[in-house]
Amino acid sequence: MSGEGNKDKPSGARPSLFLERQSYRRRRLTDAARLSPFLGATLLALPLLWPDRSSGGAAVPLSSAMYYIFACWGALILAGLIFGIAARRISAREERDADIE
Amino acid sequence: MSRKVLLIEDEPNIAEAIRFLLTREGWQVETHGDGTDAVQVIAGAQPDLVILDVMLPGKSGMDILRDIREMEELAGLPVLMLTARGQSRDREMAENAGVSRFMTKPFSNAEVLTAVRDLHAQATRL
Amino acid sequence: MATINVLILVCLGYVVFLFAVAFAADRMAAAGRGKWLRSPLIYTLSLSIYCTAWTFYGAVGNAARSGLEFVTIYLGPTLVMVSWWWGLRKLVRVGRSQRVTSIADLLSSRYGKSNTLAVCVTILAVLGGTPYIALQLQSITLSFSIFAEADPSGLYREGSSVFWVAAGLAVFAILFGTRNLDVNERHHGVVTAIAVEAVVKLFALIAVGVFVVWGIAGGVGPMMERIDASEIGQWNVDAGRWTTFIFLSAAAFICLPRMFQVLVVENDDEGHLRTAAWAFPLYLLLMSLFVVPIAVVGLDLLPEGANPDLFVLTVPLSQGNDWLAMLSFIGGFSSATSMVIVSAMALSTMVSNHVVMPIWLNTHEGTGSVSGDVRSVVLMARRISIAAIMALGYFYYRLSGGGAALASIGLIAFAGISQILPALVGGLFWRGATRTGALVGLTVGFIFWIYTLLLPGMGEPWMPETVLQNGLFGLGWLRPHALFGIEGIDPMVHTVMWSLSLNTIAFCVASLLSFPSPLERLQGAQFVNVFDHSVSPRGWSGSVAQSEDLMIMTQRILGTSPAQDFFQTEAEKQGGRSHMPEPTPGFLNRLERELSGSVGTATAHAMIGQIVGGSSVSVEDLLAVADESAQLLEYSGQLEEKSSELSRTARQLREANTKLTQISEQKDSFLSQVSHELRTPMTSIRAFSEIMRDTEGLTNEEQTRYAAIIHDEALRLTRLLDDLLDLSVLENGQVNLNLSDDSLRSVLDRAVSSALAGADRKITVRRTFPAERILLHTDLDRLGQVFINLISNAQKYCDAEEPVLVISAHDVGGRVIIDFTDNGSGIPPGARSMVFEKFARVGVDKAGGAGLGLAICREIMQRLGGEITYLPGQGGAAFRVSLPLAFQQAAQ
Repeated sequence: MSGEGNKDKPSGARPSLFLERQSYRRRRLTDAARLSPFLGATLLALPLLWPDRSSGGAAVPLSSAMYYIFACWGALILAGLIFGIAARRISAREERDADIE
Repeated sequence: MSRKVLLIEDEPNIAEAIRFLLTREGWQVETHGDGTDAVQVIAGAQPDLVILDVMLPGKSGMDILRDIREMEELAGLPVLMLTARGQSRDREMAENAGVSRFMTKPFSNAEVLTAVRDLHAQATRL
Repeated sequence: MATINVLILVCLGYVVFLFAVAFAADRMAAAGRGKWLRSPLIYTLSLSIYCTAWTFYGAVGNAARSGLEFVTIYLGPTLVMVSWWWGLRKLVRVGRSQRVTSIADLLSSRYGKSNTLAVCVTILAVLGGTPYIALQLQSITLSFSIFAEADPSGLYREGSSVFWVAAGLAVFAILFGTRNLDVNERHHGVVTAIAVEAVVKLFALIAVGVFVVWGIAGGVGPMMERIDASEIGQWNVDAGRWTTFIFLSAAAFICLPRMFQVLVVENDDEGHLRTAAWAFPLYLLLMSLFVVPIAVVGLDLLPEGANPDLFVLTVPLSQGNDWLAMLSFIGGFSSATSMVIVSAMALSTMVSNHVVMPIWLNTHEGTGSVSGDVRSVVLMARRISIAAIMALGYFYYRLSGGGAALASIGLIAFAGISQILPALVGGLFWRGATRTGALVGLTVGFIFWIYTLLLPGMGEPWMPETVLQNGLFGLGWLRPHALFGIEGIDPMVHTVMWSLSLNTIAFCVASLLSFPSPLERLQGAQFVNVFDHSVSPRGWSGSVAQSEDLMIMTQRILGTSPAQDFFQTEAEKQGGRSHMPEPTPGFLNRLERELSGSVGTATAHAMIGQIVGGSSVSVEDLLAVADESAQLLEYSGQLEEKSSELSRTARQLREANTKLTQISEQKDSFLSQVSHELRTPMTSIRAFSEIMRDTEGLTNEEQTRYAAIIHDEALRLTRLLDDLLDLSVLENGQVNLNLSDDSLRSVLDRAVSSALAGADRKITVRRTFPAERILLHTDLDRLGQVFINLISNAQKYCDAEEPVLVISAHDVGGRVIIDFTDNGSGIPPGARSMVFEKFARVGVDKAGGAGLGLAICREIMQRLGGEITYLPGQGGAAFRVSLPLAFQQAAQ
């Protein structure tokens, strides 16, 4: 692994290792960000499976539907907020790296 | 003693005039009108003096002069050169080639006679 | 009860306030102050123009009719915002790096700067946008009428109020949307005013919501019970509509021209997306939080048949809360105005850039090169476009009568504008997408949208009932609401499904089958791989560090001291706190101008762009740079040409010099020849005349002979002088030709007789008389002179025992050829090239000629347009004279 190879180097190894880990985290975070809209879409499509008036049985009350949908919505917003903060840190670091280069 | 002059000139009228003048002075005049074999003619005729035109058919007077100055027995031969071109460059060339006297056409008869007399006197004094 | 007059006053006051906000923001932005104007918060709030009056009023109405379905319109954009990292970020980056001005411009730019595509998108946008604007006008009018009904004393007329609202909005859009012509198309004033309006409408809706929940229902718990108990209290959503609307609103959120304007064009900093990604969904959530409660309470409180679209107004009014109603009205008014203003701006940009300007530039080709000229034309085009679009909206409203037909306009517009989506997404993520694909897909989607949704929605005159029932041309599978025989789908879902899927298929197939132009392929790579090609943009808010980079670059280009002078002046202009000027847009523009003088406009722009990072280098920039390089190459080519021209001239000079030297040598040799030729006869003359003068006793014979010699030589001299004179006249071209007509035969007759007169040697002349019957028009005397020369030459030099000269003539197509051939030994080969030269003489024989005869002949023949040549291989000396039958001036 490149990380181990870096360890053997007498100098400059630590920031490099640090960056490796960072960039790995960064990549997984963007993966999560990419996935979040699909997760959201799935969550929002879920109510379609609920029984409604046409199915004859007891329909889900609107208040529950509102609670569910607004909860999902809120979760998406929260995810967006978290990723936004992370992204700010990422881009700040990228700029710093670019400056060092 | 018979003085012999060899006149190498391609203009017949000029040759005739000079022959007339020199004959009256007691010269034996031989003429030749071509440059090509002039050197041999000179060597064969063994003249006391040569009058040489510059512009000759076949070989120029300058070349003939240079050739005869190369030859041991003709090196001291007095040569009077006549030219109709009248350029100073010709005079220089002729002097370099070893001419004895250089004259420009048209000449006065007295000049030619004086030149011939002088040249002959110089040659006999030596 | 608030009177309608108070309402109007409040309205006007609000508008004046907005004007003030926009004006102040513009002033601050121009002065480079007000960093908060470019904050993520303002950006997020400006996105709220998505929430128009249709959503402000209509969401409650929608909820009253179909429960939670309204929320889909907000969920779509939420999903889009959440996926900003790979979606919007790319769009914004592309938009900024390509300096895109509108959605039409983006597509045109992606597909090889195709204006056709831009025009298509513009038409689509105007078609979809106009009814939408009409809808906003209707909502304002409706809300007015609610107050008017409650206050019969007010002087309210619906028609005129709509007109004044439309006119006022047009003025606002014109004032703040076309105030300046910024390359980046950013309008801080308008955006700030919109942000204010966003706050107002959110506050208004929440206020009404709070009033409903806590004022009327008595808290969250009772409210929820009330909701479940209402007629919409059960989960009842059509699955097709639910998913379709989420998708549709997501698509429209990106594709709507006004959304593109605030999302991409007005974006100052890509980083704003980070905040907007969660803040805007939060805004949407807050906007929709109280929709269901208001709807439920409205349904409860208000009489049957009350318009649920106006519950936001009527619920507070019915409770006597006039000020809340007023606030709610202002909220709705804000939603309508902000949407209309931005829509009009975005559409006018598209119309003026892609329709008006191309036409104007075409008709003013060549004259519009002055940039100031074009600038004012662009601004004027924008202003007129805004007015025209507002007028369209107004007339659409008047003609449609403002009825229920408008209610569905929002979704219809969404479906229409979403036809852009395949071309847009394909353009951003698929390099293989081509212009043809985009055009075909767009057209297919557009046609299906018009046929299945727009026309049926407009009713009878546009879409006859028979077509609706039986399909176009009576073909059942072409029924607008049941294409291909698939029935029972909701019309909206039906349209979106068919139009977008067919659009996508057509787009993909046509893209696969067509071949993109080079520019298209370059642009495709630039768009799809935008993150590889562009640096992270930081906006114009540059740092002094950038100024230093700019300084270094400028020094390299302009030289050290001019660069320092320029920066010094700029720093002083800015107030001079430091020696380095802030990289303000004004400074950058001036710097660009300064640099472009040295390196060309495109290069200067690209260089500054690289350092300031506001934009990456676009293909257009690169092409412009290439053009400039080509010009430079051309210039250096010209230089090269000049230097080769110089060396050519030098060579010519050398040649001329050589020629002159040759001529001088020739002259010298000529002079010495002349001298020789003159001196030779003179020598004989002088010698013999001296002999005759000085010699006594000359015989008569001698005297006669010598006199004859003198005479001959004198004649020779005269001939020579005559020839020389003749030759000099001929050579100088001063000869006057004496043209006349006669036959060749008589010319030859005269020449032969005069040449042979008094000749001492006999020569037989053989002629072909019949052939000599040629009529000539030329200088006959000169021609005769040539003939005499040739005949006497033959007579003099022919060395045969029995000299014979054959003269033969031929007429060869307009020219006559006369050959003079004798039976002598001819001219030796080595001398042939010399015979026509002056003083050239062949052989020893001096028969009185000075060697000028043939030279004169050659000159004469040249004058007569003919020539004289030596013919080798004829058995003797042979000369050929050829000349035109009729002398022509041009031949000279």
